[in-house]
Amino acid sequence: MGARMSTITVSRLGKAYRHYPTRWSRLAEWLLPGAPPRHSLRWVLQDISFTVAPGEAVGLVGINGAGKSTLLKLIAGTSQASTGSVQLRGRLAALLELGMGFHPDFTGRQNAFMAGQLLGMTANEVARLMPQIEAFAEIGDYIDRPVRVYSSGMQVRVAFAVATARRPDILVVDEALSVGDAYFQHKSFERIREFRRQGTTLLLVSHDKQAIQSLCSRAILLDGGRLARMGAPEEIMDYYNAMIAERQNTSVRQHETRGGKLQTVSGTGEASVADIALLDEHGAPVEVVDVGAPVTLQVTVRTHAPIPRMVLGYMIKDRLGQPMYGTNTHLKELPLADVAAGEDVVYRFAFPMNLGPGSYSVATAIVSTETHLVNNYEWRDLALLFTVVNMRRPYFEGSAWLDPAIEIQRLSITA
Amino acid sequence: MRAMNKDLSSVMQNARPAAMLRGLWAYRDFVLGSVRREFEARHRQAMLGGLWALLSPLATVVVYTVIFSEVMHGRLPGVPEGAAGAHTYSIWLCAGILAWGVFANIVARFQTMFIEGAGLLKKISFPRICLPLVAVLTALLDFGIVFGLFTLFLLGSGRFPGAVFLTLAPVLLVQTLLAVGIGMIAGILNVFFRDVGPFVTIVLQFWFWLTPIVYPAAILPEDLRGLLAWNPMAPLIQAWQDVLVKGAAPDWAGLAPVALLALLLCALALRLFRRRAGEMVDEL
Repeated sequence: MGARMSTITVSRLGKAYRHYPTRWSRLAEWLLPGAPPRHSLRWVLQDISFTVAPGEAVGLVGINGAGKSTLLKLIAGTSQASTGSVQLRGRLAALLELGMGFHPDFTGRQNAFMAGQLLGMTANEVARLMPQIEAFAEIGDYIDRPVRVYSSGMQVRVAFAVATARRPDILVVDEALSVGDAYFQHKSFERIREFRRQGTTLLLVSHDKQAIQSLCSRAILLDGGRLARMGAPEEIMDYYNAMIAERQNTSVRQHETRGGKLQTVSGTGEASVADIALLDEHGAPVEVVDVGAPVTLQVTVRTHAPIPRMVLGYMIKDRLGQPMYGTNTHLKELPLADVAAGEDVVYRFAFPMNLGPGSYSVATAIVSTETHLVNNYEWRDLALLFTVVNMRRPYFEGSAWLDPAIEIQRLSITA
Repeated sequence: MRAMNKDLSSVMQNARPAAMLRGLWAYRDFVLGSVRREFEARHRQAMLGGLWALLSPLATVVVYTVIFSEVMHGRLPGVPEGAAGAHTYSIWLCAGILAWGVFANIVARFQTMFIEGAGLLKKISFPRICLPLVAVLTALLDFGIVFGLFTLFLLGSGRFPGAVFLTLAPVLLVQTLLAVGIGMIAGILNVFFRDVGPFVTIVLQFWFWLTPIVYPAAILPEDLRGLLAWNPMAPLIQAWQDVLVKGAAPDWAGLAPVALLALLLCALALRLFRRRAGEMVDEL
């Protein structure tokens, strides 16, 4: 099955669990075929339709209980749909839970065989892949010791190594990667990226904004069992974060900026950003900045109600929405106390633009503490866009300007 | 519900019998591996290891031989008094107890296999029909070991019945089908109604004593003996006893209705499995 063929097509998918008022009512329903049904349906997913194109990577986000795991189970085939259908082309591997079915008394190697066979491999196939599995898991001699002496991280290493020993046409991952140590997380993400490069179609559930934004080309937001939004990862993640804040009784709205991007604004509205600009060293607004040039981010906050404690934060993000740098006046120990209604507060953040060439955005947050979840007055994504270009420096790679002073010593060892 | 191309995944949860067989074939190494692991897991931590697989049934046979042959002076009709008689009684007991053992073992494994496999069923997509096959093969492996030992004893003591021994194969087949049919229905129902498990355990206890295993049918009063016609295990156990003690072929005519019942129960179980497998995973 070639990569060009591997797709996921979900059409009008729904899942309902039967709920019986008492244990006896199910028995009655089974035994009295003519009688009316005694159960009520609890819908956890309704009317979900989307297609993942060959080689595409789609992120799935949503709060707990939004139906993400149920959707993955339906796609992986462990759970049966109530309505609609899932059509798959290509061999699917689902990492819904790592280390499932591991027996503590058996060695890592024996469990690897078991796990491999559970994924439909033959014993010979697992044996052939075993050196590669061992090399990837990197747990050394522990591979021949019982799993009961493993740390949870080691178990995950073996499980992940087996589950991804063969490149699947379609890979479905459910936050399984958020376990294990940082080194292995990097390693496993690298393997997923490698699969992507080779054409694997990916569906990833994660709360991790960076994972979604760096791996996926599209994201789907589930809310209350329905497909709430589908679009560019950055836009969906912004909306999702705003939605979390919305649960604190605030409003969320999105509108298009001049650049054609969707700006998301949320918050309780006691204060808002009235003006935001990036100024050069002469105080003139700029949209294009040279690498390393001194700039000032000027933000004017207008209050509409008295605010006991006001903190302004900003975050500079790259094209993919990955944070480059963020801080706020709480971290800098400059919060304002007792700001009256109708005040304009002008903040100026001066810094050298030590970013690499590229397009960046600024998000702002007006809050009462360091997070936007306690008192979120206003939270604004894509409040400002600017471009960094390299005009005066020698060419360099990357999104940070970390210019080194270079010292080279040549030592002769002929004597 | 799930349509896929000619890929392996298409046979995963497909409930058509042909697809089930293809799924089983694709997962054959998983099934065999699971049987081996199940066996190893039980004996891995014990110093005597696999020996325990022999010692437990041996203990049962010794207990029944002592209690019924010596203490209760149970006698088989047409068996001589004294040491030779006790010997025959032991063989007769072994035949019945080992045969009942494999039947009860399959039913017991089946009634818990879905509940115990909940984690796998919910998280991993594999042909669900693998679980019953693993359970039945595990039970047959246990039986094979004990019965193999018993056969060696028969050969050693010159009591091996000869070619008629081979007629036990179809008897074991019918008995396994009966156990699979009953166990599968109990196993599926147990997921939805957890009372089924303990209920079946009690039923099996009564059933054991209502079947002529430790006592001969001949000692039953006439009116009770009529009831044995309704016990599908009675002709099966009797077949084992006939072959192993008397060296006589089984009463095929008596076994025919049991075979029919076993097939009917298996068909019913398969239908139940196909209709409820999806709902079952929701319930686990």
